[in-house]
Formats: sequence, structure tokens, C-alpha cells
Amino acid sequence: MEIIADVKLHAYGTLTVLQDIKLHLRPGEILSVIGPSGCGKSTLLGIIGGILKPTDGAIYMEGEAPPDCLNPLTFIFQDFALLPWRTVAQNVALPLEHHKLSSAERKARVMDALQRTKLDEFADALPKQLSGGMRQRVGIARALVVRPAVLLMDEPLSALDAQTRDLLMEDFLDLWLRERVAGIYITHNFHECLRLADRIMVLSRRPGKIKEIIEVRIPQRERAQKSAQAVLADLGDRLWSLIRDEASKAEREVVDA
Amino acid sequence: MLEDTVVGTAAAPAQPGGRREVAFRGGGFDLKPKAMHSWIAFAILIALWQVAVSRRWIDPVFLPSPLAICEALWSLARSGDLWLNLSTSLVRIGWGWLFGSGLGLVVGIAMGLWSMTRAVGMPLVSAIYPVPKIALLPLFILWMGIGETPKIVTIASGVFFPTVIATFSGVDGTPRNLIRMGQSFNMPMLSIIWKIIMPSSLPGILAGFRISMATALLLVVSAEMIGAQYGVGAFLLTAGNLMQTDDLMAGVVILSVLGLSLGAILTMLEKAFLSWR
Repeated sequence: MEIIADVKLHAYGTLTVLQDIKLHLRPGEILSVIGPSGCGKSTLLGIIGGILKPTDGAIYMEGEAPPDCLNPLTFIFQDFALLPWRTVAQNVALPLEHHKLSSAERKARVMDALQRTKLDEFADALPKQLSGGMRQRVGIARALVVRPAVLLMDEPLSALDAQTRDLLMEDFLDLWLRERVAGIYITHNFHECLRLADRIMVLSRRPGKIKEIIEVRIPQRERAQKSAQAVLADLGDRLWSLIRDEASKAEREVVDA
Repeated sequence: MLEDTVVGTAAAPAQPGGRREVAFRGGGFDLKPKAMHSWIAFAILIALWQVAVSRRWIDPVFLPSPLAICEALWSLARSGDLWLNLSTSLVRIGWGWLFGSGLGLVVGIAMGLWSMTRAVGMPLVSAIYPVPKIALLPLFILWMGIGETPKIVTIASGVFFPTVIATFSGVDGTPRNLIRMGQSFNMPMLSIIWKIIMPSSLPGILAGFRISMATALLLVVSAEMIGAQYGVGAFLLTAGNLMQTDDLMAGVVILSVLGLSLGAILTMLEKAFLSWR
């Protein structure tokens, strides 16, 4: 399935947040959106996922979702958004409960999602008993259980410490290479962009506009290899030069909320 | 300056800049449970009271001894008066609390969820909440005649407002991101309310129940003092009029035990439903 977004304008009152954002997510592609904090990245993702209504513009889906898909556009949240009173398995089962499925199929889907995220041993644990990295795994399992067509990831690793982030990112990549689910990945971290993305969309500071779209031509599988490092480092420098001024200006701005 | 081994004993005030131990300053502000102390203090207080009355430091007509209160309780229990008055009050509390908190939950949820109900409900609730509900009893008697109904309605009105406010704040305080999460999975609105908003509001609602229990107890006694044949409040008033201070104190003990039991039930509910916190 493909996503075509055409956000002409998004504004809160007189404050313009996003302007002239056109994007086309190809099947199986990971598109990373990077930009200084406050540039409207998360807002853009909310609009694409149908959670926020753009002031002017529309989002389109094209093509068939997989036949067992229950929720084509599925979010993975920065703060995990787990229900603290439900166990891991119950949290993962939540998005299935309002669909007509046999209880056998429901169980099978939950078990499968838990296995794929290596959570099967923790099915009966409560979120408060888990580390941040494990909690985000639950968030990922909950997204996989509906067999999504497109994953919408809003800085899924930024609430985690650096070590956990690296570990989870590798898992994430493994998982993605197996599932090949298309995704939009919001981040402010170059490292994550360069490791995961097929294309990187750089947004300017507020009002967020597309500054540049960079294609990363090395397959994800090969990016950890030494030979790829020089190219990736160049790309990183380019990203940094694109964002540096914007970020430092954005940082000095007074936020009027 | 930096040495690998700590040499000699500390303490001796060396010359300025010499090695000295960093003093511990993190003490205090550390409360520990001491259950024994509570019981001992309670027992000592009762014993002092008993001694003071039996030595006639205190006139037993004004404050009967703990033993006399126990005897009064025993004879009340044997004659059946205890159960008669207690059950009458409990039935009133039960119905009043059930109606008041049931309606309060519905209104509180509605005010938490929809702008319209909030805009209409908020000023009304704010205006009526501070009125002591016992002031409405004469009005309710005028409307509904004497009997059980005005008492139950008074209690219900007293329970209603704290429940509305607790429920409203609970619903309003449900993390937005959890609701968004539910929406992002296309959960129907009723499922979002039932599976996300209600459990998330439950701690606040149960805390509200604690307040409304106390209000119900206060109102049942007041209403029964104003006009009732039976009930703990009526019993207290009669005992006071007849200067039967031992019966009167027995009634006070009954109320204390009643309040503690209701509180214990709530604590059990909290343990059962909020273990995830």
C-alpha cells in the first residue's frame, strides 16, 4: 500500500505549523522525517495517521492492504501509550477486541506478535514491571498484532537511554527486514535515520517545510559494514549542515503556546 | 593529592586544606511504620481515661468510663436496640449512597467527556456543591412528606456532588495519548470509555467515594436528629436529652466503628482494583 500526503497548510490559530508538505510513501519503504524540535514532525505524523485534521490538505491511501490487516495505518508511540492496568498480553490484545475474530485466531495473533518481539516470557507482566525498552517492545507487538500496512512511528526510541536505543534499533531493523512493512519514522536522531531509512525528509523549523529529501542508496543490511561508513558519514555531514542552522535558531526561539 | 589507600583514623582536624571526612547529612525525613506504638498509645489513653473516671477526677455523668460504655454497648446489643438503630441508618446510607453515587458517576463522566454537558454542568455543580446539604432537608420534607424519602434524597444529594467532581476530574485527567492510541486503532467510542477512560479514572473515583462515605455518615446522623424514630442519629439525640451519656458514647463508638468499616471496605476495593499502580 502507498500513502500520498498533500498537506498544504496546518495552523493553530495564527501559528502556521506545516506548509506545502507533499510526500509519497512507496510500498515497503521506510521514510524518515527529521527536523529541529518544534518543526511539526509529530503533527505531520498525526495528520498522516488520521488523528489530526489538516487545516488545508488531505491524505490518501492507494492499493490494497494485506488481507489479514485490521488497521492499515498503525502508530507506535514515543511514550509507548500502554494501559498500565493491563498485562503485556492484554495490551497487545487490545486492538483486536473490537474486531470479529474467533478466540483461537485472537490468541494466535497475540502469541505470534509476542514471539516476534521476544516478549512471550513476559505475557503476564504489568508494564510497570518492565524496563523502557521492553515497554516499547510491547508497543511494537501491539502494532504488529493488527498486521499493519504502514507503521507510523513517532520518535519510538527517544524516550529510551542510549544503550537500550541501539539494541532496540537493531531488533527493529531485523524485524523490518523480515516483515517489510512500509513505515514513516519521525526522529531527531541522525544515527537512527541513517541506519533505518530508505529516504530522509528534512524539515525546516516552524513553519515546517520540506527542505530536502535525501535518498540513502545502501541497503539497510549493509549499513553496518565498514565499506558503507564513509558514504554514511558524508550523508550525516550533509544532514547536519542542513539542520544545524535551523536547530540553533529553533532553540533560541521563544515558544508561545 | 589523590591517594589509593585511606590511611589512619579520620577526625583529627588537620590544617586547612588537609584531608577530612565528609560529614553525613542525609538523616531524618524517613518515616517508618510503627504499629506497636499506635496500639500502646491507644491503650494508655483508654487506661488513663478509666482511671480518671473511677477516681472521680471526671464526673461520669459528663464522660462515662470506657468500661461503662462497653456495658452500655453490651446491653444495647442484647436488647436488640443496637441492631434496630444501626440497620435503619445503614439502609438509609445504602440507598442514598447508591442513588447519589450512581447519578454522580453518570453526570461526572458526561461532564468529563462532552463540552456541552461540561458547559452546562460546571456552573450548576459549583453553585450547589458548597451548600451544606442538610439545609435542603426541610425543602425535601415539604416536597416529599415525612418518611424515608427526604432523608435518602438528602444523603443522595450530599454524595452526588463529591462523586461528580471526583469522576469529572478522573475522566478529564485521562492521559490524552491513551485516548489517541485507542482512536488510532479505530476503537469504538464506548470501548474507549469503558476500556481506557474508566479504568484510568478509577483511582480518582475511589478517592471520591472515601469523601462521599464520610458525607453520607454525617448526613444520616443529622437527618435522623432532625426527625426520625429510629437510627443512630435519633438514638444519640434521645440519649442526650435523657442525660444517658453512656448510651450516647456507645452511639459515638458505633459511628466510629461504622466509619472505620466503610473505610476498610474501600481500602479492600482499592487493593483489588488498583494493584496495577
